[in-house]
Amino acid sequence: MTKYLTRGVGALLSMTALSAPALADEVEVMHWWTSGGEAAAIAVLQEDLQARGTGWVDMAIAGGGGDAAMTALRARVVAGNPPTAAQMLGMTVRDWADEGFLGNLNAVAEAEGWNDVVPPAVQAFGTHDGEWVAAPVNIHRPHWVWANAGIFEELGLSMPTTWDEFFAAADAIEAAGHVGVAMGGQAWQEATIWEAIVLSVSPALYEAAIINADMDALGSEGIVESFEIFRRVLGYADPGYAGRDWNLATAMVINGEAGMQIMGDWAKGEVINAGLTPGEQVLCAVVPGTDGAFLFNTDFFAMFDVGEDAQAAQRNMASAAMSVSFQETFNLAKGSIPARTDVPSANFDVCGQTSMADLVEATEAGTLFGSLAHGHGQPASVQAAYLDVVTQFANSDMTPEAAAEALVASVGGAL
Amino acid sequence: MRFFKARLPQLTLLPSLVLVAVSVYGFIALTFVISLTRSRMLPRFDRWEGFDNYARVWSHPRWEVAVENFAIFGLLYIGGTLVIGLGLAILLDQKIRAEGALRTIYLYPMALSFIVTGVAWQWLMSPDLGLQHAFRTWGWESFSFDWITQSEMAIYCVVIAGAWQASGFVMALFLAALRGINTEIISAARMDGASGPAIYWHIIIPALRPAFLTAIVVQGHLSIKSYDLVVALTRGGPGFATELPSTFMYEFTFSRNEMAMGAASAVMMLVLLTVLIVPYLYSELRHGR
Repeated sequence: MTKYLTRGVGALLSMTALSAPALADEVEVMHWWTSGGEAAAIAVLQEDLQARGTGWVDMAIAGGGGDAAMTALRARVVAGNPPTAAQMLGMTVRDWADEGFLGNLNAVAEAEGWNDVVPPAVQAFGTHDGEWVAAPVNIHRPHWVWANAGIFEELGLSMPTTWDEFFAAADAIEAAGHVGVAMGGQAWQEATIWEAIVLSVSPALYEAAIINADMDALGSEGIVESFEIFRRVLGYADPGYAGRDWNLATAMVINGEAGMQIMGDWAKGEVINAGLTPGEQVLCAVVPGTDGAFLFNTDFFAMFDVGEDAQAAQRNMASAAMSVSFQETFNLAKGSIPARTDVPSANFDVCGQTSMADLVEATEAGTLFGSLAHGHGQPASVQAAYLDVVTQFANSDMTPEAAAEALVASVGGAL
Repeated sequence: MRFFKARLPQLTLLPSLVLVAVSVYGFIALTFVISLTRSRMLPRFDRWEGFDNYARVWSHPRWEVAVENFAIFGLLYIGGTLVIGLGLAILLDQKIRAEGALRTIYLYPMALSFIVTGVAWQWLMSPDLGLQHAFRTWGWESFSFDWITQSEMAIYCVVIAGAWQASGFVMALFLAALRGINTEIISAARMDGASGPAIYWHIIIPALRPAFLTAIVVQGHLSIKSYDLVVALTRGGPGFATELPSTFMYEFTFSRNEMAMGAASAVMMLVLLTVLIVPYLYSELRHGR
């Protein structure tokens, strides 16, 4: 009995030791990059920091696309013991900054000229009242069409550039006995498709209805039209799509069960894991009608307000995460593109190079917007109000007109 | 020393009393307080909104679905496990061969967690992988079982999986109670010429009253807490067709940064539970006296 007690106490003590605040020359980093490619990418940062003499205490919390990590983070912060840095999506950075928990990175940002290399739309999330609070590490683009090259070649199809071409291609794929569009059945996946359609109707509509949550725009003809197109896209899904994970839908495209999938560029990771090359065996093109525009979601390392003595290590980490070499290695592994626009594009695949060129173009044209489905369009509570309607529409026989009305009511209620 | 001897029972109970007071009743109170504030991402006590959050919860379409589903799930899950459990127990009580083995088989699902049950039934009920696919490949082409993909039917899939898991446990409860019935009463009834069904209906089932109480209380609180089963089986989908109060609470508190609304829904769950269980407990316990 005593033996068990001693062991138990020992275990408790070692747990407290683990959760003790990071030492001055260490950073404690909370993140949810635990899958193969991502874990390898984060190891690069770890080594880089060690070379600079800063230790790394890893706090990887997998699950729920970051939900689990965010819950754990809240518990840590409320207990007065925040980590040095935490992975966050744009709107979450804003929430934590509003609560006043984030530190100030201006010293590093100014010395290294972050303002000149990070697109302003991304800066808007990384800064709070003109102060840098978080280091952006990547830019994902959620509006891509992925297609099985074998099926496309066999049927003589080319990547669709208009919705008419898209539906013609889907019809041909179905006629050949495949699933037209591989779909996953979760609200964020449905919203990924819907927001891309809104953008394709017009970037101005996306800005008004989603970024500004303008009630007139939400009830407008354009939104009705977006739901009409969405309904047609849904018609090409197989009946078993409810609850399916996105990577299983990607696998359907990879193994030729389905012709196309609309999904963000993280689908590339699945393609590469299957031993294929994006742009060759699995084709990529932006969602029809969205080529002049760019939706993004970015992972940040948000830096918490830690004591003076931990700030040097924190700055070291911010500087390492923003270095050109880390951004290149990390994003090659992750499937996204660098958050800095001055990273050479030569090592990226065709899809990545397209993204990098389009990013610059969309920044100039003013058509670079945060993605609603991925935490860069609206705060969590309002985002959920959009997603409720989109998923309800996708899983019922709601009419497009009724969906637009429901959207006005739902978003209006959450604002 | 004598003081300690005299107070030993109280002293021994004190730590658990303190723990329960703080971590059960204390946090219930805290949840209620949070539900009156404007807490979004973190608990905040600087702005009070009274019962606004309760109004927001009750006017939310997801909560409407959650309450409706809870009614369907609660009734069918408790009712289903009682009927199946009692039926199995009565059948097993017929002095049959290999009773021990059968009992173990029926009880085994209880050894699984709801997560495992949910995942396994998700595969079984998926039209692409499970029963529908199997029957069709065996030649029954028109066989259709795709409830899990239909918004109106998906909640019944949750009921099926839940009842499958818990019926064996209810059976064990009833079986133990059946074994406890005085056989002399039954012999006497038989002597008086009562038929088999009549004996069950008028003597045995009424004698199982305490087992019913246990089963209803245990299954009742499981049904309102039911979270893992839905998460593993349907993730609340399709859309939010299988939302339950518990998934609503988690979603609003932790994913949507609407902590006050989440807290309000948690208080509503407690009220629901109290409303359902307390009158029953009260009448049963008074009856027993």
